[in-house]
This record gives sequence, structure tokens and C-alpha cells, in this order.
Amino acid sequence: MSIGHTLLGLLEEGPRHGYDLKRAYDERFGLDRPLHYGQVYATLARLLRNGLVAETGTEPGSGPERKSYAITDAGVTDVERWLATPEKPELYLQNTLYTKVVLALLSGRSAEDVLDTQRSAHLATMRKLTTRKTNGDLADALICDHALFHLEADLRWLELTAARLGELAKEVAE
Amino acid sequence: MTTLLGATGLHKSFGPTEALLGADFGIAAGEVVAVMGPSGSGKSTLLHCLAGIVRPDAGTVGYQGRDLFADTDAERTALRRTDFGFVFQFGQLVPELSCLENVALPLRLGGTRRKKAEAAAAEVMARLEVDDVAPKRPGEVSGGQGQRVAVARALVTAPKVIFADEPTGALDSLSGERVMRMLVTAAKEHDTAVVLVTHEARVAAYSDREAVVRDGRTRQQVTA
Repeated sequence: MSIGHTLLGLLEEGPRHGYDLKRAYDERFGLDRPLHYGQVYATLARLLRNGLVAETGTEPGSGPERKSYAITDAGVTDVERWLATPEKPELYLQNTLYTKVVLALLSGRSAEDVLDTQRSAHLATMRKLTTRKTNGDLADALICDHALFHLEADLRWLELTAARLGELAKEVAE
Repeated sequence: MTTLLGATGLHKSFGPTEALLGADFGIAAGEVVAVMGPSGSGKSTLLHCLAGIVRPDAGTVGYQGRDLFADTDAERTALRRTDFGFVFQFGQLVPELSCLENVALPLRLGGTRRKKAEAAAAEVMARLEVDDVAPKRPGEVSGGQGQRVAVARALVTAPKVIFADEPTGALDSLSGERVMRMLVTAAKEHDTAVVLVTHEARVAAYSDREAVVRDGRTRQQVTA
């Protein structure tokens, strides 16, 4: 997730203070991982340096929380470019799960146990997401659905792998 | 947790094919358990044994403390009508009847008068937001509406257990989600147990826990 682009997008609604930005971000996108203040100010400083935002005013007092930021034309162009660029499809094959299954097979341990344990953990997470989705608003549903579909994809891979383990065992036995 | 419906050591063969090889299962009132596993693992056979439709070669099925297969066929049939509800993937509604008549059917078969049965049916249909299709025939409604009509029919007798075999299998994601949400909500409200056979994890995520069937055995019974 590009925090910079997300903050820029939020600034398109109008100028905001760093604190307001953090709050807006957390409300819409930060369900699992709210932003740290440090992240917000570091990101704003970078956007300012690159001319993507401009300071619009400073309230009496000192410190970054007094400054208000507005998106510049260059910032708007940047957001547009970001929105128009597809994300790199992530490959999950290199992840820990794959490593564990391969290591279990290599070491003669039960790969099925690894898969069963993982399925159970995946489903537990999916249950929480489903509950949150059921009790939440549309924004919750969209975020949770995305996570649910990804977890489901992992599980489908698990099921297929489990099925292939059976074939493999038969081939070895023959 | 008191087991409402349970099975121990179920074995079932169809000719040379061994569908169940010692499957165990248990579900409490108001609990939703997803039965998962690959095609041909024995999920549906397990469901059919639990519902008293298929007699296992060995093992027992207990419902509210009684041995389901010690009963006569007629007693089991009566039990299925009063205590059990069924939802399948598709093709379960009688095409010649209206949706309302379909939902009222289990009550009518149990001897309830038409007016009373249809009033009860209309109430359940309203809860599942399909009261607007009440006069229509099943062929005239969408897949999602049809499945919600089927869920309404399963709920109309206020059963203790609902057996749902791939209830969203023929639906798109959004319709499937709606069916699941309404099925689970209705079940929780009435303390109805749901045995949910599915191979879809997103559907299983509506359950309280899962039982995985592989090669005719239940591989795990994880307590949430």
C-alpha cells in the first residue's frame, strides 16, 4: 500500500492538518494497521520535498501538527498515474507456507498435518473477517472481501496440494 | 457442549467404493459446522447418514440420545419432516407449485391446514426477503431468490437441524453471501444446528468450526 499516494488522494478532498489526515486514513484504510504519527509526518515531508503537496498555513504555535497541507497540480497528476497503474500481481509461491510444505516433504514429516493446521488457521481468520463484514458497513465489506478472496485462494492451493500429496504417496508406493 | 446429533465410527460402502471409513461427527444445538473436504471424500455420504437417509454399514448415529437407525423407516421419515430441514445446491423446489406453496409444503405434508401453513410460510419468506416472489413459480425467480425460498422451506417447520449440501454452489458470490448470512442468522435466532457441506472456504467461514473429511474419515474437529 502506497501511503504517500493514499494521503495525496485524501488531500484531494481539501487541505488538512497531519492529524486530520491520519484520522481520515485510519478511518478508511487503517482497520488493521493505523498509521503512526511519525509515518504521516515523514511522508508529508517527502511529498512536500517532491512538490506534490504545499503548506497552506500554520496555526500559532510550533511543530508539524500545526501545519496544513494541500495537494498541488503535480500531486493530482501523481495520484492519477498511480490509480492508472496496475499493481504487480503478487506471487505467493515463495511464501512461508510453500517452504513449510516442501520442508515437511523433504524431511519425511506429515505435510498433511502442516496443511490441516494451516487450513484451520486460515478459516479462523476468515471467520473473523466474515463477522466484521456482516456487522460492518460497505467499506468494511469491500476490505474484508478482498482479504477473504486472497485467503480463499491460499486455501484452494492448500487443497490442491493436499490432493497432490496423495498422488505422490501412491507413486512412491508403487 | 451437549451433542444434539452425533456419529461414531461410520462405515459405508457403495459396491467396491468405500465412502466412509470410520467417520466421527458431533454438533450441538445452534451450532454451525462446516463439513469440508475434496470431491469424493465422503462429505455427502456423511451428511446422508447423519440425516438418516443412508444407513451406514457400521457405526451409529445418535439424535437427542436415540439411535437413529434403531427406529423404523416410517419413524425416521417422520423425524426428518418434523426435526430436520434440507437445502441442496439446486433443483429442490417443485416447479409446478408457487414459491409460497413450496415453502408451505413441509407443513402441509405434516397435516397443517393450508391457510395456517401458508401464513407461516409467508412469515419465513418475509424474513428471508423473498416475500415478493411468493406467487411466482420457481422457474420465474433468480437463482439467489430460489435458494432463499429453499432456505425458507427448510426453516418453516422450525427444525432442530438443517442439512445444507453446497447451498451456494450454483450462485454468484454476492447471492451466495446473502443466502449464507440469512441461513446462519435464522439458525442462530432459533438455536437450529446447521450441518453445512461445502468445499468453499468463504462459505465455510460462516460456520463456528469445521470438520474436514478426507478418504472417508473426519480428519479434525476443531473447537472454535
